[in-house]
Amino acid sequence: MSKRAAAAFLAPFLILFAAFFVAPIGYALVQSLTRVERSGLLGLRGSTTEFAGLANYGAALSDGDYLGSIGRILLFALIIVPLMVVLSTVLALVLEAGLSRWPRFFRTSFFLPYGIPGVIASIMWGFLYAPGTSPFTPVFTALGAEADLLGPGTVFWSIMNVVLWQFVGYNMLIVVAQLQSIPQVLYEAARMDGATRWTIARTVQLPLIRPALVLVTVFTIIGSLQLFNEPLVMQPLSTGISSTYTPTLTAYKEAFNSNNLNLAAAESIILALVICVLSFGFLRLVQRGRR
Amino acid sequence: MRPAIRTRRLVTVLLAVLAAYFLMPLYWLVVAATKSTGDLINSSPLWFANPQLFTNLGELFSFGGGIFWRWVLNSVVYAGVGALGATLISACAGYALAKCAFRGREALFNVILAGVLLPMTALGLPLFLLMSKLGLANTYWAVLLPSLVSPFGVYLSRVYAATVPDDVLDAARSDGAGEWRIFAKIVLRIMSPALVTIFLFQFVAIWNNYFLPLVMLSDNQLYPITLGLTSWQGFADRQPILQTLTVVGALVSVIPLIVLSGALQRFWRAGLTEGSVRE
Repeated sequence: MSKRAAAAFLAPFLILFAAFFVAPIGYALVQSLTRVERSGLLGLRGSTTEFAGLANYGAALSDGDYLGSIGRILLFALIIVPLMVVLSTVLALVLEAGLSRWPRFFRTSFFLPYGIPGVIASIMWGFLYAPGTSPFTPVFTALGAEADLLGPGTVFWSIMNVVLWQFVGYNMLIVVAQLQSIPQVLYEAARMDGATRWTIARTVQLPLIRPALVLVTVFTIIGSLQLFNEPLVMQPLSTGISSTYTPTLTAYKEAFNSNNLNLAAAESIILALVICVLSFGFLRLVQRGRR
Repeated sequence: MRPAIRTRRLVTVLLAVLAAYFLMPLYWLVVAATKSTGDLINSSPLWFANPQLFTNLGELFSFGGGIFWRWVLNSVVYAGVGALGATLISACAGYALAKCAFRGREALFNVILAGVLLPMTALGLPLFLLMSKLGLANTYWAVLLPSLVSPFGVYLSRVYAATVPDDVLDAARSDGAGEWRIFAKIVLRIMSPALVTIFLFQFVAIWNNYFLPLVMLSDNQLYPITLGLTSWQGFADRQPILQTLTVVGALVSVIPLIVLSGALQRFWRAGLTEGSVRE
């Protein structure tokens, strides 16, 4: 193919990518480094945009609520990432090993929640958690445990449950796909050597599905740090979810309720940096462990 | 090496319990969608009470001048047009990246891939501001245009396009076929399994997207279903009927997606096996 033809094929994507991926990042950076100065009483004499240096970043990082939301989301990721990886891997291994009946039915049921929009899943679980409509609270009350699934102490776990419910099957399928690409000869060779099912999982399957596990981990890190839909939808139901519950929620509030776009941009960029550091850091760690 | 029958039975029971966990909210949705607003709160959550599904459906489709239809249509337009466009655009780009060696190709490809890692929420706000400047905020374009970009689609396209044999392309060229004709008649055909995967993947992603329309749209005539339903939910304490409508609307909107994700499961699994998780 000539270079001119290649350029023509690439152009539509590159133009859109530049306009809707690259430009917004640049714009956010500019926004985060400026501030709007209003002059006159109530800013009636108009406003000017000035260079602010790192003032917005300073403001974000000295805001206890914002830092609190970052801490909360890091804790969330710290718990959900291992849970997600282990659950989806175990399910994939069990289903692919033919250890149960109806593997196809199970695979489909586990994957089904992925097709449900995050906000709709949150609405559904909201009803399932809310005291008036929940089928669970009577069970908890009967057991003598705390029954308020949306209370300040429990809502963190209730949100985690929604995220796990939605994405375990999706991640399981990534692992299943990689398991299915393992050549049958390897299994036969292992069996000839007298390997048990457990040994095969440990020495043949786990090393070979490593790329899928890396992918699942990175997806879960990125996804959980951006947590937004679930807390937003459940906010009216729970006293435990503040408007600064997660970093994305904080930035959203700052931009659309407080109309402070510059601070919101700085908060978005700090979160993006945290995500990049963690996901690239994880990738580096894995690659180094490989050598 | 057949597993002992007892292990098999035990594992099946355990997986059935898990399946119940995954399916239970959907079962609840079906039951709840048949209830009146009063029964939604006062009857047993997991069992039917005075089923009136058709009354609820009638109410859903007529409420607010039939605005739910409008939301369904909007979702279909955003997801259908967006996914179709994204698929074609990704296919073109992936094909060029696979079949033309130019300087900086790998660097460009890596930049595109890094796009997958970017938090969409970090992009949302500046994207909204840019769209406002262009006068496109609160229009169909504000949701459609960003949906046309699929870095994952380019990635999968490149993997598949690399499997198109060069001999075939050269033969077509020496027969005098132009590049676009070759692409349309030969390349797209060979890449079709990847294209179906990209289309389904992007369709589900756009349909499920909440943040982008939330940020971009203020006119409820332009809302997709997700945004429409949460707006109803927000008014439910003043108008209790909206509680029921949110539930019935959720059921209606979930049905096509369940069908699609069944298809997605099959194609996507095949697509991933072909290369996307290969290192």
